[in-house]
Amino acid sequence: MSYSVTEPSSRQKWVAGTLVVLYALITMVPLLWIMMTSFKTPPDSISYPPKILYQPSLEGYVNLFTTRTRVSPEKLASLPPPANFAEEIVRDRKMVIAGPSKFGGRFLNSVIIGFGSTFLSVFLGTLAAYAFSRFKIPLADDLLFFILSTRMMPPIAVAIPIFLMYRKLGLNDTHLGMILLYTAVNISLAVWLLKGFIDEIPREYEEAALIDGYTRFQAFYKVVLPQAATGIASTAIFCLIFAWNEYAFAVLLTSGTAQTAPPFIPTIIGVGGLDWPAIAAGATLFLLPVMIFTVMLRKHLLRGITFGAVRK
Amino acid sequence: MSDKTIERVASATPVRVARKVRGLSDRAVAWIFVGPTIFLLLAINIFPLIWTINLSFTNFKANRPNRVVEYIGLRNYERILSDSDIWLSMQATAHFLFWTLFFQVLIGFTLAWLINKKFRGNDLWTTIIVLPMMLSPAVVGNFWTFLYQPQIGLFNYVVSFFTGRDPSSFEMLGSVDLAPWSIVIVDTWMWTPFVMLICLAGLRSIPDYIYEAAEIDRASKLRQFFTITIPMVLPFLMLAVLFRGIENFKMFDLVVQLTGGGPGSVTEMASINLKREAFEKWRTGYSSAFAIILFVTVFGLASIYVKALNKVKER
Repeated sequence: MSYSVTEPSSRQKWVAGTLVVLYALITMVPLLWIMMTSFKTPPDSISYPPKILYQPSLEGYVNLFTTRTRVSPEKLASLPPPANFAEEIVRDRKMVIAGPSKFGGRFLNSVIIGFGSTFLSVFLGTLAAYAFSRFKIPLADDLLFFILSTRMMPPIAVAIPIFLMYRKLGLNDTHLGMILLYTAVNISLAVWLLKGFIDEIPREYEEAALIDGYTRFQAFYKVVLPQAATGIASTAIFCLIFAWNEYAFAVLLTSGTAQTAPPFIPTIIGVGGLDWPAIAAGATLFLLPVMIFTVMLRKHLLRGITFGAVRK
Repeated sequence: MSDKTIERVASATPVRVARKVRGLSDRAVAWIFVGPTIFLLLAINIFPLIWTINLSFTNFKANRPNRVVEYIGLRNYERILSDSDIWLSMQATAHFLFWTLFFQVLIGFTLAWLINKKFRGNDLWTTIIVLPMMLSPAVVGNFWTFLYQPQIGLFNYVVSFFTGRDPSSFEMLGSVDLAPWSIVIVDTWMWTPFVMLICLAGLRSIPDYIYEAAEIDRASKLRQFFTITIPMVLPFLMLAVLFRGIENFKMFDLVVQLTGGGPGSVTEMASINLKREAFEKWRTGYSSAFAIILFVTVFGLASIYVKALNKVKER
């Protein structure tokens, strides 16, 4: 076996590994606690000492998706037997389901606005990045820097005029308004990341295509796009995560029809105080897709984070 | 004409003519490709910025759009710079900035250094550590208020388990002394992975032969660490600090959910103060001036910092 001075010894590896795993486990505790709380009953969730072992219950999820009203014992007894498990859980609390809650709609808003703005920023971003990468554009560097520097503004500072502007245009609390806004925020990063990916594709491919009689559009569409697919995909993930998690604009500019999940989840209130299992259930449903995404796509994501940062 | 005829005609024409007829010039393509992006940025980034500057010289109130708007010169700026609340919020921001950066750099670099020992399964554990920074700060911050509950919260329980203090004897979010630290803890938990990833990229960029050369020169491991590892990672580390610094200067969602600026106004950082002025007191002109001051501050500090960073890189 060859000896290398840069290869850590197995004891060093073991110590380093143990410490990192320890940190990772500690860092996971709050996230695990969210998921555990979502399967607790409200009394279990606020018991002292905090319960690690408990009888799992779907009450949090039922409460998340429904609104309920309290009924008198006589009324409760006169009702027909519960049709499904949700009603059974609610009846145990001497209540009946009054209707669906707003959570489904808010979650759907997050999906529409998240995917809508991601599609738009990646679409526009790819075109712009291609142009910045291949053509001479006057003041390109200044333009790129200025585009990036607008991200230094606190969102609240931009929110004031956008609020006024949207009020005039009737875009306040609309899906379109939020999609355009998130696209505008994301596009600077998208152009930046994508330009890096497109710079890496050799120009010779397109030039060959142009000589073969392709137009610029065809060369872009048939030669560059397939090559940039991975870069486009990882940029899309970043845009999606930003739009999915965004809170400041959402809380200031939306209140009803276009409100996304982040401003909504903290406002879930149960009977007599905050309904922590329902909040945890909402948080779990909202956070879990991102976590699964992160683990599945870790290679692209981690590369994207450092790549985007280190190039600036 | 069928497609085939078009193709035949096209292939018969000289390339230069063909390009003119069949496609747009490169210049036109460039403008078509960049145009929509520029338009969007002008409409939703630049135009609002100019509007904010304009508003900052007025006494406009957005909840009373019909009132006559007067230009009052620099009076908003004068009032802000002499407002003690604003200075308190800047102090709160500075405290938060300093300590989050301190802990994130310390822990982030250590973790990156350990991960770079390339033990088995290190990329899986890296991913797990990275998870918090991918999540919505508002949703996660909201849940942390539950962990911080005095009697029933997991955080207080764990602290009491290790220190023996009564878990209901201290309130992380409710006490003036602890509230700023409760935010520092959550932010460190969320964003240390970011610093770690950048440091890791830095560590991985150091070529092995430098260490090999140092080994031949019989430099001790400690010496190698301080004369090779640290200087080579420093530019990366400084970049990480720049990004976290800008982000934390703007910090809003986490703090709103955790303390809402309280208790009193101990944790009322610049963004929270700005939101209160703009969307609760509706002093639009005044808050626009504040927004501009914040923007100029970040921009100025960042520019100075980037200059320093470039000096470090040149060495």
